[in-house]
Amino acid sequence: MDLFASLTTGTGFWNPLAWLIAVIAATVIVYLILQRGEPGYKKGTAQTTPFISGNPEPGKEMVHVRASNLYWGYLDALKGYYDLVVPAHTGVVNDYVLWYLGVTAALMIVVVVFI
Amino acid sequence: MNGFLVTHAPALLIMLPLIGAFAAPFIGKVSPKVRSAWVILIMTLTTLTALLLASDVFMYGTRIYVFGAAAPDLAVPLDSGGIPIRIIFTVDAMSALMQVIGAVCGFAVLLYSLSADRIHSGLESFYTLFLLMIAGIMGMVSTGDLFNFFVFLEILSIASAGLIAYRIDGGLAVEAALKYFVLSTIGAMVILIAIGIYYGEYNALNIALIASRMQFTLLDQIALVLIITALAMKCGSVPMHFWTPDAYSMAPSSVTAMLVVASQASLYGLFRVVFTLYNVTLNAMTVGWIIIILGVLSMVVGVTMAIPQKNVKRLMAYHAISQTGYMLLGVGVGLAVLGNQPLMDSFGYIAMEGGIFHIINHAMYKGLLFLTAGAIFFRIGTYNLNKMGGLGHSMKYTMIFFIIGALAIAGIPPFNGFASKLMIYESVFAFNPVLAIIAMVVSILTLASFVKVFHSIFMGPKLPGYETVQEAPVPMLIGMGVLATIVIAFGLFPQAVVDGLIAPAAHALADQSGYIAAVLGGA
Repeated sequence: MDLFASLTTGTGFWNPLAWLIAVIAATVIVYLILQRGEPGYKKGTAQTTPFISGNPEPGKEMVHVRASNLYWGYLDALKGYYDLVVPAHTGVVNDYVLWYLGVTAALMIVVVVFI
Repeated sequence: MNGFLVTHAPALLIMLPLIGAFAAPFIGKVSPKVRSAWVILIMTLTTLTALLLASDVFMYGTRIYVFGAAAPDLAVPLDSGGIPIRIIFTVDAMSALMQVIGAVCGFAVLLYSLSADRIHSGLESFYTLFLLMIAGIMGMVSTGDLFNFFVFLEILSIASAGLIAYRIDGGLAVEAALKYFVLSTIGAMVILIAIGIYYGEYNALNIALIASRMQFTLLDQIALVLIITALAMKCGSVPMHFWTPDAYSMAPSSVTAMLVVASQASLYGLFRVVFTLYNVTLNAMTVGWIIIILGVLSMVVGVTMAIPQKNVKRLMAYHAISQTGYMLLGVGVGLAVLGNQPLMDSFGYIAMEGGIFHIINHAMYKGLLFLTAGAIFFRIGTYNLNKMGGLGHSMKYTMIFFIIGALAIAGIPPFNGFASKLMIYESVFAFNPVLAIIAMVVSILTLASFVKVFHSIFMGPKLPGYETVQEAPVPMLIGMGVLATIVIAFGLFPQAVVDGLIAPAAHALADQSGYIAAVLGGA
């Protein structure tokens, strides 16, 4: 068994080893570029604080973006879809059973009629 | 000695967790530490047995075990009229693969659980139910007898329901367990009706014997639908998935990780019935498309429902549904072209291999993700993403394990999820490009969802109240480390895994005549 063999997918292949070598090479290049950066950079000084039009910087815990504030645009764009799908998740076990029985009935018709 | 162990390994895989389960409460009376050592010993022996049996099956082919016979491989006694009258375990490459998944995940989860759940009371029953779950999974994936499959399904369901309700949590966990139990019981009863139909028609319960006599009559069609829907519901396929987020989010994380494996045992049952019991007797294209549609619905609805979730375990539960869709899609495409050898050789087997590879990959990375969620809950006491932040400062190893699991589930190289998804994309594209595009879009949405989770939990400054949070205990990290190592290893050496484990499993699943011959051929 060749441990480093390429994964064949029928129409293509994938070699993780080649990918790793490419990532390592890219990392070395990034490191070399980083080394050419400004050597006078100092952490903890004005160089590292954000400039907010002269306003004082709020506390770090105040600016953490919480989960509910993420992807609001995506959710708003798909509001129509979510208005349909979310209410279907009622949390009521009777509804769960009905969905199950409904799918069974639908598949019964498909299989018995079309096969 | 080795030969004896291999011969009796199928029985040992059930016996060991059963003995461990029923002895655990009594041993726990001596001391909790002795009980912990006992369950670790049992799970280690079970894992070693599963690995030993798997190595034998992958090397020498299907192994059968006949309970109560003069010899363990005497499937059809001379005076039985050609009928395998006893309970027979039939372990082919597909079964062996599922056994390894169950055992390795069970071992890693148990290591984690010994630390994560030590603060709770009632651990005697917890470990009894945990080991019964293992016994149920092992039985479901080993048995070659339909009624026996039903029995192990019930053992698994009862143990799982008990464990979901374990952390009562103001009644919410009990409610989740009740929902799971109601649906599981209805599903199991429906499966029992289907088994009754087979028994009435073919006077047999043995899978190989029924397969050899299968006529695909109207009754067989009805039984097929009953089994497909019941097992699709048990594995969390949309639109019968509603119990999954409730149960996964309310169970302790160690239990949730095992519920993933339990769902996959049901998926195995679905594939076993379709491929081994029916195979080319059914209209493969129609049934294949049914499974593909269930898969696509699961992928799309699962991932889109995951994105707005605020509870990290509920979010991961929806992703589990979505990932099950990939497995259904891959194997469904293989089923759709079953019987058409050129198409099977062109992309059918690759699609099946991708789907089956995704089963083992999903068990590892999803188990890992649920364990990281449990580690976070262990330290801060909430699953609410809105209350989290900045934990990367204090839980660095947990964060690294989370990143590994998240990149794997999103299909980012070089992790294992990428390898199996690539096989699914390319083979499904050859069957129907639209399906492959949907699968890729779902992967992008999965990545987007986990970027949100990663940011919400680990990024940002240390939040008030979490200044003193510490890293998860070492045994929990070891449990996560075992799964993370497998995630990385399977991603770095995918072809070796496919050649050694996945391709034999896919071919064993598609090879109905081989399965029948292994049981009845020696008659």
